[in-house]
Amino acid sequence: MSQRVSVRLRVNGVEHELDVEPRLLLVHALRDELGLTGTHVGCDTSNCGACTVHLDGRAVKSCTVLAVQADEAEVTTIEGLGSPEDLHPVQEAFWEHHGLQCGYCTPGMIMAGADLLARNPDPSEQEVRHALEGNLCRCTGYHNIVKAILSAAETGRRGAIHEPAPSAVGRESAEELAEQGLGA
Amino acid sequence: MSGASDSNGQPWVGRRLRRKEDPPLITGRGRYTDDHSLPGMLFAAIVRSPEAHARVVSIDASAAKQRPGVHAVLTGEDLRLESPLPCAWVPPGVEMNVPDHWPLARGEVNHVGDPVAVVVGQDRYAVVDAAEDVFVEYDPLPVVVDPQEALRDGAPLVHEQFGTNRVHRWSLGADDVEQVLERSDVVIERRIVNHRTSGAPIEPRAVLADYRSGELTVTTSTQVPHFVRLFLALMLGMSEERIRVIAPDVGGGFGAKLQMYGEEALCAAVARHLNRPVKWVETRSEHMMVSHHGRDQVATVRMGATRDGRLTGVHIQLVADLGAYLMLLTPLIPTLGAFVMTGCYEWESARVDITGVFTNKVATDAIRGAGRPEATHMLEVTMDQLAAELGLDPLELRRRNFIPKERFPAETALGMVYDSGDYHGTLARLLEHIDPAEVRREAEGLRARGVYRGIGFSTYTEICGLAPSRIAGPAGVGVQAGLWESALVRVHVSGAVTVYSGTSPHGQGLDTSFAQIVADRLGISPQQVEVMHGDTATGPQGLGTYGSRSLSVGGEAIVKATERVIDKARRIVAHRLEAAPEDVELREGRFSIAGSPDRGMTLAEIAGEAYVVDNMPAGFEPGLEATAFYDPENFVFPFGAHAAVVDVDVETGKVDVVRYVAVDDCGPAINPMLIDGQVHGGIAHAIGQALYERIHYDDEGQLVTGTFVDYALPSAAELPSFETDRTETPSTTTSMGVKGVGEAGTIAASPAVVNAVVDALRPLGIEFLNMPLSPQRVWEAVQQAQEGVRA
Repeated sequence: MSQRVSVRLRVNGVEHELDVEPRLLLVHALRDELGLTGTHVGCDTSNCGACTVHLDGRAVKSCTVLAVQADEAEVTTIEGLGSPEDLHPVQEAFWEHHGLQCGYCTPGMIMAGADLLARNPDPSEQEVRHALEGNLCRCTGYHNIVKAILSAAETGRRGAIHEPAPSAVGRESAEELAEQGLGA
Repeated sequence: MSGASDSNGQPWVGRRLRRKEDPPLITGRGRYTDDHSLPGMLFAAIVRSPEAHARVVSIDASAAKQRPGVHAVLTGEDLRLESPLPCAWVPPGVEMNVPDHWPLARGEVNHVGDPVAVVVGQDRYAVVDAAEDVFVEYDPLPVVVDPQEALRDGAPLVHEQFGTNRVHRWSLGADDVEQVLERSDVVIERRIVNHRTSGAPIEPRAVLADYRSGELTVTTSTQVPHFVRLFLALMLGMSEERIRVIAPDVGGGFGAKLQMYGEEALCAAVARHLNRPVKWVETRSEHMMVSHHGRDQVATVRMGATRDGRLTGVHIQLVADLGAYLMLLTPLIPTLGAFVMTGCYEWESARVDITGVFTNKVATDAIRGAGRPEATHMLEVTMDQLAAELGLDPLELRRRNFIPKERFPAETALGMVYDSGDYHGTLARLLEHIDPAEVRREAEGLRARGVYRGIGFSTYTEICGLAPSRIAGPAGVGVQAGLWESALVRVHVSGAVTVYSGTSPHGQGLDTSFAQIVADRLGISPQQVEVMHGDTATGPQGLGTYGSRSLSVGGEAIVKATERVIDKARRIVAHRLEAAPEDVELREGRFSIAGSPDRGMTLAEIAGEAYVVDNMPAGFEPGLEATAFYDPENFVFPFGAHAAVVDVDVETGKVDVVRYVAVDDCGPAINPMLIDGQVHGGIAHAIGQALYERIHYDDEGQLVTGTFVDYALPSAAELPSFETDRTETPSTTTSMGVKGVGEAGTIAASPAVVNAVVDALRPLGIEFLNMPLSPQRVWEAVQQAQEGVRA
């Protein structure tokens, strides 16, 4: 597998040009090449959704997308959705409603939840549960995750949740993380 | 922060404080093991047996070694280990067959996934390619998969050298139980199958080992960093103080990470061998195949009662499928369940006989609840069966036999001493939330539409707070360790506090609840309390997080250390304000003099005195910190009452849990929000087992449910929201009165769901079903029942 290809990605508002193996998964490009380790891997079969990111504004499982397929695309990861100083309403609601325990499925859950609210700002409990079918959690029994997303929807109806253009702070932290080069 | 930014005289304990842990985790700044990388790091991929039982004839790694970027391919003998993987349970007076278990097989493989070689190289993907180029020749041996089959004469032997597949026998209770049953008006017998499951935390395991200049650092996704350090020392022949084990953010455990795994020793040995950091990350398929499983017990339960519903005796004969090897606590798990097999009830006599069995499957060990879900399931399902036999309401049978609250501390028919309980209380509270008569009326209406609605209950007590060393340790039950916990509480010169705990939480929220406990006692905010854990180099000694022990054992150690800090703080205040230490009390965030509240000092002022040492008496020892060890006198016994309402579609066999109500009592709440979260997750785990999840091997020992495609972890769409409530009956074991709650939901829920399904289907003549109640099993039962009616 010595053949490599060039891929241009815009991740959390930052342009990257990568030289990758054609078989490299987007999740590994994000984690190992760009140091964005907030996106997790929990299975081999696209069932768990821990790797969920937004690709051109839609939630995808980044373990099921090759980096080359994301060429020229806009990717938002959990690091770019909001930052500790400027949380996205879904992040805020997960904190407020104890929507996470170990935190491993959480980035994927939050990205899936944000995607749902961007498409359907006023979901019913059943709609939230169905939207999360592709994201597995072992800690919470989903109870507080569902509650958090419903609460974020309510916040959104009061304020409006928009598909996030990465905030300045979010972008800075993403750049900082990328510069640290946490990858192998 | 929820609530006030300072304590306003109201205690922090008891509040639904949102978690200190969360900001990094919700923004992608968590640091799990695979998020760690080191310069020069290599990746490992493991070559695993596709055979369930075979002799390894030869291993040819030449092609793999020639691949670019491959640094080494190592097999069993290359690792230079001093001792095999440990089994920490050596019950006194019990003969046990313990096979050697190495991180890489030596000559024989005993289950699918047994590792035979490791490939180490530069790239995550390339080592997987190279692993496929390692050619292993196997000479297949006969396979045994079913534990009861394994006990028959002439069955294939998993370990030839023992001449039997029996691991051990272990009994608890009275010899007269069969005579008591014989004298009983009614005796029923049921065969309760508790099938094999996977812990399946969403973060698979991962290990990063770094060996340099004789020092080893292992970052690993574990619940027990101190145990891992100890066993690495023994296996590698190193001295413990040269090894540092770090459990960073850990993405769930559920018992699956309460283990000393071969891969931990393997990565350490390879890192030492190559002098390079080595990382291994488990794939989900590997997790399903080789991370230890849980449950897998078949029980014959004989239960007796008088005609008017007084329980007489219970005799449980249990065959436990332990798999191919004995891992850290493998044979102990059914014994842990045995301790509470008498449940919440009074019995004349009780007895448990356990037989452990080898099969060609991966080892079983602790998975959330570890023996107690099995015990509660067999007991609570059989209680409903007995009630039906007696023509009694299942709750009435329970009420007639509950240990009354006046009897506590109560010694049970199996010799345990339950600390506290109020079983009538939790059941009464449950019935404030759900009216069985109303559910039955709804059921009547729904049946006309082909929907069979049922309600089922479970009233449980469990044993946790592992563990009093005197009872559980080498001279008692036989665990080869003390089971205390320790803590270090350090007040910094600014008055901020760091708490180091020997527990190793991985999602439970203990950073927050520990901070609440300490904040109240020192008159500061939880924001000023940093909780550290999971690093053997920076923390005190410790034993990790499992068995719902972290609050009731680890939290008590923190209280004890905090009290030592307070003692010293009092002496400092007494000296500075010229009063007697015993007159110093904490009021509104200040340590002040009783009777003159205006004379006092804040913790920051006291810390200033302790570190600056200005104007302290001669011989004053500077600093303000203390370490404490806490070894409980007894276990703690949480309890509760749960109800499930299910709808069964008899056309498809599909079961939906439409309501789930849980009342749990784990003593006084430190943070009720965290308790609810633990209960929710526990219930979901058990509903998963009752309806969806099953580890299944075929007759050749091939794992059929090896991924999340086949192993059906419930998603949000399969579960309802849960209704939870609590009563608070303090433990008499712990100073705070707290018990544990991490496993309660899992222990309680599976029998409630199964009882509800049987309740739903009774109108069709279905009286008994074993888990998992998959659509197929339910549909078949419905077909058989209808054919029976037609015949």
